[in-house]
Amino acid sequence: MRPTLSFARGLWYYVGAFFMSRIAATLIVLGLYALHQDVWFWNDATPLVFGVLPIGLFYHVAYTIVTAVVMAVLVKTCWPSHLDSETEASASEPARTQRGIEVPARQRVEGSAGPKPSGSQ
Amino acid sequence: MIAAIVVFAYLAAVLYIGIFAFRTGRRSSSAEDYFLAGRSLGPAVFLLSLFGANMTAFSILGASGHSFANGIVTFGLMASSSALVIPVSLLVIGTRLWAFGKRHGFMTPVQMFRDRWECGHIGTVIFAVQAALLVPYIIIAVVGGGTTLATVTDGLVPYPIGGAIVALVIMTYVFLGGMRGTAWVNAFQTILFLLFGTIAMVTIAHGMGGFRAAVASMLAAPETAPLLTRERVSPLYFISYTFIPLSSIAFPHIAIFCMTTKRLSHSRKTIVLYPICMIAIWLPSVFLGVVANRATDVPAIAAKLDARITLSSPASADLSPAERGRLQAVAGGDDVILRLVQGYAPTALAALLAAAVLAAVMASDSQILALSTMFTEDVFAYYGGRRRFGERVQVATGRTFVVGVTLVAYLVALSTPASIFALATQYAFAGYAGLTPLLVAALFWRGSTKWGALATAVWSGAAVLGVAAVQNAVPAPPQGQEVAVLSIAGVDLVTRVASGTMSLGFLPVVPITILSAILMVVVSKLTPSSRPAGETLERYFPSQRLRPLS
Repeated sequence: MRPTLSFARGLWYYVGAFFMSRIAATLIVLGLYALHQDVWFWNDATPLVFGVLPIGLFYHVAYTIVTAVVMAVLVKTCWPSHLDSETEASASEPARTQRGIEVPARQRVEGSAGPKPSGSQ
Repeated sequence: MIAAIVVFAYLAAVLYIGIFAFRTGRRSSSAEDYFLAGRSLGPAVFLLSLFGANMTAFSILGASGHSFANGIVTFGLMASSSALVIPVSLLVIGTRLWAFGKRHGFMTPVQMFRDRWECGHIGTVIFAVQAALLVPYIIIAVVGGGTTLATVTDGLVPYPIGGAIVALVIMTYVFLGGMRGTAWVNAFQTILFLLFGTIAMVTIAHGMGGFRAAVASMLAAPETAPLLTRERVSPLYFISYTFIPLSSIAFPHIAIFCMTTKRLSHSRKTIVLYPICMIAIWLPSVFLGVVANRATDVPAIAAKLDARITLSSPASADLSPAERGRLQAVAGGDDVILRLVQGYAPTALAALLAAAVLAAVMASDSQILALSTMFTEDVFAYYGGRRRFGERVQVATGRTFVVGVTLVAYLVALSTPASIFALATQYAFAGYAGLTPLLVAALFWRGSTKWGALATAVWSGAAVLGVAAVQNAVPAPPQGQEVAVLSIAGVDLVTRVASGTMSLGFLPVVPITILSAILMVVVSKLTPSSRPAGETLERYFPSQRLRPLS
């Protein structure tokens, strides 16, 4: 493989991994939060978008639509699907309390997990 | 009269859904079936009911009332900030909550806190704080119901009776249908509202001679042009509001909703579509509230505008407190959307639209059911009630609690002078935002302790009580003025303004949430010996099985 092609593939791999990482998701959310504080349209009513929506209101409606798109991306790339499968698997197993007593999940609803620990507050 | 018939027919339909849910679920008398619908809610019902649970008197009547007085800023304050913060909370916190709820059989957040921090009575304190903070949110439904019925019947059904009827209907279908009935009613209400909300927009636009003309004339008039901008609020005030949606995931009814989905993947659509739902509800509410300022041909709205002018004039300083209170009540905008519907829609259509508004207003059912679930699980069952009396008595206790809570909310609602928006933001949302660090620490921080949790819960409850005390002790000054309540070294730490209480220019929710998080960290660090046993921590933070969100 030519070195340039290999480099491009490597770069693509790392860029893809970055955008699927927790850091990227956090940065995207923080960026959206910053964009919410739009001081730039603070005192302006015009232009009226579609003749009815003041620019400040239109900005926030558009912002909300963009948020929905970002959420779709985050759900696609950052969805904790392992929680679903692991929970299904563990639901059938008896769990163990802090005292090492095996208690089926359904029974542990009452109070806390199993017997109340001594000295509980 | 037609309006009253349609609205009462709607109430009867809602009641029937509750009875139907009761019949469907009565083969099973288990607590899990009543309180969590057997954890069987599908994705469509989950989306519609979660959406319905957020679509309350606050987002319809409160939002239009707030935008009537403050302009387009209302959308940015609550809708677009919620569109970001709530889905992110559901994705990050809600998914873990679901996993632990399903894995360990939890029905309420307090059950998880007790197990996670190996505590007992501290859990009871958290329950008490959560329950107390939820009551203002239930009150706004009664206030909204009373206002709606009194308005659509032109006073034929007075406010106290209207509030009682709405409270009774909500109580009955929650009492009978439990989570299944509540979810179905919420789904029905959401569909109804979205359908008739669109019709309302078209009808009102037609009646006003088109929204373009209304907005253009607002822009041309110096007294209404600022309502099309955000110049009436400060950027600090605007940022404050981004803390409010943090409360959403900490609300027990939302947390319990997160625990009720059959599969985790069912909440994916909810997270993606939530921002769109916010537009569907909040944009019409806010826009109609703003353009209502041009609806001077509707007598009730003209009276509101006159009262507002009197209150903002220099001569208002000479008004007696009683007269000021009367004018503030007249100028209040909670009923403005109903007045628009009454003014511009034909009677039969106005009645249908009023029923749609009522549908949204009645969405406090989830909160009432959550309180009932919490009481029976966190108090009744925890202190041995289920062991001694069985699940049937537990469900009966939950139903009795529904009656008691609704009655208390109704009695408080009769005497509450605050607007729906103020009631929600100053008390319920602020307090629950303060409880969010509790949830985050339980799910994500191994080092958190029960004492940190106690400090956070007590602080959040006490801070909201402090805000209530300030607002009762210091009368609201005229619009645009502020009264210093607590000053240190010449710096006004706490001030009273017309819309409520402020701290260093921020809403109380900001210091409440930040100090709550600081308390969780500091107190947990100071009490490392109270950390749960290694086996408990391993169940929550397994080294291999529960990977971090990535």
